Amino acid sequence: MKLKLLASISISLLVARWRQTLVAAVGVTFSITMFIALLSFMAGLNAMLDGLIINRTAHIRLYNEIQPSSFQPIEHYGPLENGHHFIRSIKPKNDRMGIYNSAAITETLKHDKRVMGVAPKITTQVFYNVGATDLAGVINGIDVDAETKLFSFKDYVVQGNYIDLKNTPNSIVLGKGAAEKMLVQLGDVIQISTPKGEQFQLKVVGFFQSGLQEIDKVQSYCSTQTTQKILGESNTFMSDIQMKLVDINMAPAMAKEYHKVFGIEAVDIQTANSQFETGTKVRTLISYVVGITLLIVAGFGIYNILNMMIYEKMDSIAILKATGFSGKDVNAIFIAIALSIGVFGGLLGLLFGFGLTALIDQIPFNTSALPTIKTYPVDYSMSYYIIASIFSVFTTYLAGFLPARKASRIDPVIIIRGK
Amino acid sequence: MGKAILEAKGISKFFHDPNTIKVLDGISFTLEKGEFVSITGKSGCGKSTLLYILSTMDTDYEGDLFIDGQSMRNRKEKELARVRNAQIGFVFQFHYLLNEFNVLRNVMLPGLKLGVLTEEEIEHAAINKLKILGIENEALKMPNQLSGGQKQRVAIARALINDPLIIMGDEPTGNLDKKNSEIVFDIFQELATNYQQSLLIVTHDQEFAARTKRIIEMEDGRIIN
Ligand SMILES: Nc1ncnc2c1ncn2[C@@H]1O[C@H](COP(=O)(O)OP(=O)(O)OP(=O)(O)O)[C@@H](O)[C@H]1O
Ligand SMILES: [Mg+2]
Repeated sequence: MKLKLLASISISLLVARWRQTLVAAVGVTFSITMFIALLSFMAGLNAMLDGLIINRTAHIRLYNEIQPSSFQPIEHYGPLENGHHFIRSIKPKNDRMGIYNSAAITETLKHDKRVMGVAPKITTQVFYNVGATDLAGVINGIDVDAETKLFSFKDYVVQGNYIDLKNTPNSIVLGKGAAEKMLVQLGDVIQISTPKGEQFQLKVVGFFQSGLQEIDKVQSYCSTQTTQKILGESNTFMSDIQMKLVDINMAPAMAKEYHKVFGIEAVDIQTANSQFETGTKVRTLISYVVGITLLIVAGFGIYNILNMMIYEKMDSIAILKATGFSGKDVNAIFIAIALSIGVFGGLLGLLFGFGLTALIDQIPFNTSALPTIKTYPVDYSMSYYIIASIFSVFTTYLAGFLPARKASRIDPVIIIRGK
Repeated sequence: MGKAILEAKGISKFFHDPNTIKVLDGISFTLEKGEFVSITGKSGCGKSTLLYILSTMDTDYEGDLFIDGQSMRNRKEKELARVRNAQIGFVFQFHYLLNEFNVLRNVMLPGLKLGVLTEEEIEHAAINKLKILGIENEALKMPNQLSGGQKQRVAIARALINDPLIIMGDEPTGNLDKKNSEIVFDIFQELATNYQQSLLIVTHDQEFAARTKRIIEMEDGRIIN
């Protein structure tokens, strides 16, 4: 009953100043619309840019680094009493690149519940022989199925069928940049030479485009078996073990753990690609700052209209108080006005925000660097709508707070005497 | 002697701006049920100031005020608002209707605030009050469509809506012509005789004052008669 009465008074005041009210509400609508569109678009872009690197990067990579032993024989001797030993120019001994015991390690990892998937990899330097010249390149020997599952390998094979890499012996998926330099077509046979000088012929079954030119110019893919053959290694040879985790944030801790347990190098994605995370964070931060700034500006709009309304309605407020409305009632009336502007403007903003996001989603965005993307990327996450709603209610409440308090403190005697 | 519904006990009031002056000096009097009393005095003698205190809108005074036997000192703002709502009807020199609402709604508002009756009952009561004041035909007009005298009658109807113990007026006819003043006075008279309504009206109009049951005459913040 009482709430209904206060609400009806609020509505009457609102309707009496509907133009200004509308302007204030449009301010809120605009800021919420932009807030949602901006965040959805930014998040979409972030996801795309992250996808460019992070989706295709292992959360943890295990490998064997060829490095000089950190423990030299003389150190068996213990600390010297009357001197100090200097050993300079230590060289690593001829060690193999592969991970010892890779099969056992892979098995262990597959049973670790924190690990989402494991993909082996063999990386080797090669030269693509093009007529009289040699182009430097890198061949990644991959397990086609695991690589597709974990790193969307399939999406980046822009010509040819990715599965041929697994099914055709001695086949290769060439980086698009490399293929262009070599003037190679699908189905051609190319010749490569290994670091040890051996030559090898491979059939081109596809082209690969990552979106990063530097990578596409050098990298190519073969199956693990083919790569092992190229290198003349056994079928257990692996140079890297890549894995994706259930929770990416656990990568640094788990990398340390694996380093200890398996005694091999382990690098986590955060360490290897810290710049990407920073970029993502900064972009997100900027969009939030812009969005919230818009909301604050809208808040000032509401603050203004309420102040004006209170100034104009001094007499009405005085009369309400003289006829028995308490300061609290008057306060509630003006808070209700502020909130209804916020809620109404905010709801429209949510709708328009969704509309604008959907519109951005339709705008064509074709770039040779990103073969899988056809329109501008957006992220339709609910969370932006929730945050926007909370913020619009919160800012309008704040904007209404001071004017409402001012109204509730109006002394009717001063107003009535002033006439 | 009837029952005392309003009692002022030694009410004094100071203004401190620009320098301290005593505007009211130990005002004491009682008002009984059904009494029609006018307050007169020279301009600036403190009549309005006294009325604001008696109507509980001004709480910055010395002395004590009893309405219906209850002291109004040290009451919370909300409780005083309730007293104004339920027990006091105020009529100002300027009519002070809410322009956003029509006449009927203006009259109903204090009743809705009181919240004792349902909306239909309040509407019914409001129409009754408008009838008493002879303006039931204006019920659905907006305030700015009324003449000054009609507005003042609407304000009186609003003051009556909760059947208050007392109606206070600060020069309610001060802004009206002779004819309309006459009408308003007759209405007050009728309320006092037919409905035993207590009234306390500040006026400059000697003729008006002379026709009330009792005149309180003030000078320099004191009651002299
Ligand atoms: N806010 C204020 N600050 C200082 N002095 C004030 C204030 N309000 C009123 N006064 C003074 O208090 C005195 C009484 O004022 P009040 O309005 O009660 O007079 P009044 O009897 O109603 O006069 P009138 O018949 O002209 O309406 C006046 O001298 C006035 O100057
Ligand atoms: Mg006065």
